[in-house]
Amino acid sequence: MSEHIDLAVATTRDLNGALHALPPDTNRTLWRVLNPRGQHALAVGIDAPVRVEIAGHAGYYCAGMNGGATVVVEGNAGNGVAENMMAGRVEVRGDASAAAGATAHGGLLVIHGNASARCGISMKGVDIVVGGSVGHMSAFMAQAGTLTVLGDAGDSLGDSIYEAQLFVRGSVASLGADCVEKEMRDTHRAALAARLQAAGFDGVDAGSFRRYGSARRLYHFHVDNAGNY
Amino acid sequence: MCGIVGLFLKRPGLEPELGGHLAAMLATMRDRGPDSAGFAVFGRDNGTVKLTVRGPGLQALAARLELDADQRDTHAVLHVPASRMEEVRTALASDPAVTVVGEGRRMELYKEVGLPADVAARFGLSAMAGTHGIGHTRMATESAVTTDGAHPYTTGPDQCLVHNGSLSNHNALRRRLVREGYAFETENDTEVAAAYLSWRMREGDTLEGALHAGLKDLDGFYTFVVGTRTGFAVLRDPVCCKPAVMAETAEWVAFGSEYRALVDLPGIADARVWEPEPARVYAWERAA
Repeated sequence: MSEHIDLAVATTRDLNGALHALPPDTNRTLWRVLNPRGQHALAVGIDAPVRVEIAGHAGYYCAGMNGGATVVVEGNAGNGVAENMMAGRVEVRGDASAAAGATAHGGLLVIHGNASARCGISMKGVDIVVGGSVGHMSAFMAQAGTLTVLGDAGDSLGDSIYEAQLFVRGSVASLGADCVEKEMRDTHRAALAARLQAAGFDGVDAGSFRRYGSARRLYHFHVDNAGNY
Repeated sequence: MCGIVGLFLKRPGLEPELGGHLAAMLATMRDRGPDSAGFAVFGRDNGTVKLTVRGPGLQALAARLELDADQRDTHAVLHVPASRMEEVRTALASDPAVTVVGEGRRMELYKEVGLPADVAARFGLSAMAGTHGIGHTRMATESAVTTDGAHPYTTGPDQCLVHNGSLSNHNALRRRLVREGYAFETENDTEVAAAYLSWRMREGDTLEGALHAGLKDLDGFYTFVVGTRTGFAVLRDPVCCKPAVMAETAEWVAFGSEYRALVDLPGIADARVWEPEPARVYAWERAA
C-alpha cells in the first residue's frame, strides 16, 4: 500500500509537510510523487525511514538535508541533489546537474547517469557513486567521504581536497591543486567493492579503478603555495 | 538570476503554436526574472524587411513613411521594401523618440518592463506563428530595470542575443567597441556582448567563430542563446555558472534555464533531455 501525492494538484509544501510529519515508526513507508515537472526542493529534510519515489524529473535541491529516507528520482535531478544529506540513500536514475551531493555529511548518493560540474563539492562524509561521468571541479574542497566514478572525470578533479577519497575508472581530464593519484591497496579495493555492491553496481570490478586523494601540501599556508589558493 | 528559453521547430506542423509554447515557457521563468521580458520570433519572409520599432506615434510614423505597419502595444513592425531601407533608416534616425529594436527578413523582436506573462500578453505572443524563437525574463543586476535594459539585444539583421549571467569586463569592452564604431543605448552588459558578437562577425567570423572568440574576450558568467535567421545557438561559460537544460524530439529542440520551462512541450515525456557542456557551441539550423 503506497501513498500518492500528485504535484499537479498538491504543492511542494504539501508534500514536504506530509513527509516531515511522519513519526520514526510510521507504517506509511512508501510514497509515490507524481507529476514532479522539474519542481524544486522536493522531498527535502526527511527524517523518517521511508521510501519516496519521484516519478519523473526533479528540479533543484531534491532530497536535500536527507536525514534517513530513501529517495529515488526516476528521471534527472537539477542542481544540488542530496545537498547536505546526513543519512539515508538518494538514487537518481538519470543525470544529475551541478553540485550533486554538495556538503553532504553521510548517506549514499547513487547517480546512474552523468553528474555535471562540481559533483561532491565540499563533501563531508557522504559516499557518492556515479555510473557515468562527472564534470569539472568535482570533489572541490572535499573533506571526507568517497566519490566513485565509473566513467570519466572532468578538469580539476579534487581541487584543494582534504581527506575524501576519489575513485575513477575512466580518464581524468586533469587533477586540481594538491590532488594526486595514490596507491590502490587491498583495503581500498575491498571497501570500494562493498560500496559498488551497495550502490547496485555488482558486476563492476573494483580493481579497474584508480584512487586519488590529497597530497596534503595545502593544509597550512606556505608562501610558495600562494598561487594555488 | 534571469531565465532564458528557446524553441526551434523541425517540422512546419507546429509553427502556428510556436508563440503559444514560447509564452508558456516565459511565464514559467518568471521566478527567475520578474523585472522585464522580451522575445524574438522568426516568422515567414514576406519579401520585405521587418523593422521592429518602439516609441510614441508609430502609426503616424508609418503613414508618413507610407509603410505597412503592424502595431503591437508599444512596438510596431514596419514592412520596408529593401530598396527603401536607407531612406527609412535615415528618417528614423532623425526621430529621437523612436528606437529600432530589431531588423530582419524574418525576425520580430519585442521587449518591455513587467511580469513575463503580462509582457507576452500585451504583445499577443500566444498567437504568433514561426519556425523558432527565443525569450528572456530578467532579474536586473548590472543596470536599471528599463525597456532598454530588457533582452533580447539584436546583434545584426535577423539575429539577437539573450543572456543569463553577468559580465565583469563590459566597461572595458564597451570602450573598445566604441572605438570600433558601435554606439550603446544603455549601461547593460548584455548589450556589450551583443555588440561584441556583431563586431566579430563584421570582422569575418561565423556566428560559431564569434562565440568561440567570446570565450576568450568575455570575462564573467553567461549562458547565451543566439537566435538567427535559420536557427539558434547556445553557449555556456567554461565554469558553467548559470544553468541550462536542453531537450530534443523529432519535432523540436528546446532550451530552458530550467527543465520546468519545458514541461508543457508536446512529447516532452519522450524527449532526450540533457545539460549542455561548458564552453561548447551548440547550434541548430534549418534550410532557409
